[in-house]
Amino acid sequence: MFTVWTQLFKRDLLIAFRRRSEIIHPLIFFIMVVSLFPLAIGDDKVLLQKIAPAVIWVTALLATMLSLDNLFRSDFEDGSLEQMTLLQAPLSFLITAKITAHWIISGLPLILITPLLAVLLYMPTENISTLVLTLLLGTPTLSLIGAVGIALTVALRQGGVILSLLVLPLYIPVLIFATLALQNVEQGFSAEAQLAMMLALLVLAMTLSPFAIAAALKVSLN
Amino acid sequence: MNVFASISRLYHQFASPPYFYRISGLWLPYIMGLCALLFAYGLYSGLILAPTDYEQGEAYRIIFVHVPAAWMSMFVYMVMAVTGMIALVWRLKLAEIVMINCAPIGASFTFLALATGSIWGKPMWNTWWVWDARLTSELLLLFLYFGVIALYNAIEDRRTAARAVAILAIVGVVNIPIIHYSVEWWNTLHQGPTVTKFDKPSIHLSMLIPLLVMAIAFKLFFIGSLFMRVRTELLKREKNSKWATALLGAK
Repeated sequence: MFTVWTQLFKRDLLIAFRRRSEIIHPLIFFIMVVSLFPLAIGDDKVLLQKIAPAVIWVTALLATMLSLDNLFRSDFEDGSLEQMTLLQAPLSFLITAKITAHWIISGLPLILITPLLAVLLYMPTENISTLVLTLLLGTPTLSLIGAVGIALTVALRQGGVILSLLVLPLYIPVLIFATLALQNVEQGFSAEAQLAMMLALLVLAMTLSPFAIAAALKVSLN
Repeated sequence: MNVFASISRLYHQFASPPYFYRISGLWLPYIMGLCALLFAYGLYSGLILAPTDYEQGEAYRIIFVHVPAAWMSMFVYMVMAVTGMIALVWRLKLAEIVMINCAPIGASFTFLALATGSIWGKPMWNTWWVWDARLTSELLLLFLYFGVIALYNAIEDRRTAARAVAILAIVGVVNIPIIHYSVEWWNTLHQGPTVTKFDKPSIHLSMLIPLLVMAIAFKLFFIGSLFMRVRTELLKREKNSKWATALLGAK
């Protein structure tokens, strides 16, 4: 069971590194959208500093959602997803390999580039570590919740818009706790409570969403 | 015969489309009639008989529509999730139809709650909209309903669509308390208690009774309109079956 997991994990990473555009496109989207805000608002240091956490988080949320589109797409089209359902290991377990691999290739680069973008938005350097921490705790949750949405819409031709309708309301708790944590840090308070809540959300998403994803995939495969 | 067997028989009977169609047709006039009576009484005693509120004047009377609508918006989502669970586990066609027909009704109740809330907010808080915890979670509930309707319409095959929607509804139900409490927390840290500070006054009986009557009327209206929608959908789907052609031929 675990060997299948690691094989699947390695396979997904390998595919991603052969098609690097999958890694790079969400990253470019992230950088571009964040840099649109200073252009729209003007070089107002105080205002940009104030909205920086919100801008980075909302953009990261959108980038994660967009990148999710290729989580199951190619496997669905070439039939390997069907093969996965036939394996002895439960589908809900196997897809965690795919989601982990997907987070490493699409979530992690976003987090690595974030400090740079935070500097562009004049965020105080001492707050950047909290920003990175919220993203580290938050983006896997986003991937897991988003995977439910993508599993439901993978068989549809125009899944993109519907995916955002399904997934965005469910993303709101993560967004709220992340931005609250950053506000607390900005005002000189501790963000521990919010970070603990984000960790709790991550654990909850990790335990429950694989079952929903597997059930949704089976409906989509039908 | 034990009790369990008879309950299970009743349950399976209800799940059969012709039986449901017949029984719901028998009940429908009573449900809607009672609903109309309760609406008439509730509206009359709420809008005319109930005393004027000394703080909010006459404007408070919108609660007789607003509060039942808000209650129903959440109740309908629960009904949708429970029937979704039944549809997933037992693959009952009727449960699927009930579930999916809950969505537009629930969305309407949610919209009604939001609209009446903002009309109420104008004279009370002097603004149409506040990012208050309750308003925000109601708005998010509306978004969840939209997602359900959009997903159902996007999938060609009705039965596959219903199963997909059932999963979404269940995921939504797990998330609703999380969303609700996160929004509440977000709001309380964001702004002081400008909106929620008028503590729930222990409501006077002359206002409480019309409110409860209206709540029951809303519930009956939900059941009645759900029955009507489900009956139409059943006829559409089963138009080639024996009972439906017999029924339509007889008319």
